[in-house]
Amino acid sequence: MIYLTRKAEFAASHYYHNPEFTPEENRRIFGKCNNPNGHGHNYTLEVTVKGEVDPRSGFVVDLKQLKEVMHHEVLDAMDHRFLNKEVPEFLYSIPTTENIAIAIWKRLAGKLDHARLHRVRVYETPDLFVDFYGED
Amino acid sequence: MKAHLSRRYLFSASHRLHSDTMSEAENQATYGKCNNPFGHGHNYTLEVTVSGKVDEQTGMVCNLVDLDGFVNREVLEPYDHENLNMLPEFAEQVPTTENLCMRIFEIVQRGFHFAHLERVRLEETMMNSFEYTGAHEPRH
Ligand SMILES: [Zn+2]
Repeated sequence: MIYLTRKAEFAASHYYHNPEFTPEENRRIFGKCNNPNGHGHNYTLEVTVKGEVDPRSGFVVDLKQLKEVMHHEVLDAMDHRFLNKEVPEFLYSIPTTENIAIAIWKRLAGKLDHARLHRVRVYETPDLFVDFYGED
Repeated sequence: MKAHLSRRYLFSASHRLHSDTMSEAENQATYGKCNNPFGHGHNYTLEVTVSGKVDEQTGMVCNLVDLDGFVNREVLEPYDHENLNMLPEFAEQVPTTENLCMRIFEIVQRGFHFAHLERVRLEETMMNSFEYTGAHEPRH
């Protein structure tokens, strides 16, 4: 088994708010991230795929295809967007880094030939990142 | 659904690597420059990875305010801008980054209960880093 990781960057804004919480609870739990006007991050996405090396191509995955899928499924949808308002997954769930990683996994899963998705890592800042390895 | 969340922190501390169980010559041979008598310092980068079910109400593995609060109080407060050799836990033990990494793992594992501790990674310099995942083998 060999692993390949491809990085991408996107910039987006978001805020944290649960309509089931009172305004006071929302402020207490989410702090500054509760500001309804949103705030932004430069996210770094790392997608790791795994598989065996194809003896003919010497590749574990067609990198061109991986790049296209990441572009089409993730960057086109999330780059320079207000996640809460413009990305369907976050109309009803909170765009935390955890949920962004899970949403990206679901967008990518099953779209790749040969290689399997191993990990989706999303950096919200250089000091905070989430890894998702799929549903257990 | 389970996710892993990692948070990075910075602290600076000094240490001297010296073992009372070794002779002067052995200490020199084992620790080299790190055995210089007055110690030296590093900017450590600490990376703490916790895991857990993503809470459906909050979208979080755990609240960062809780994790940051705990690490600040229990790790950064006691170690930042300290001479590690002067601390009680390193009176008998050499404050190598291995030992410090394992020590920080124990502190977080014992005291932080909002998520499961997966790993502590400690970068001593940009070139050296150490990881401890507890007494068992990691799954990933
Ligand atoms: Zn944010």
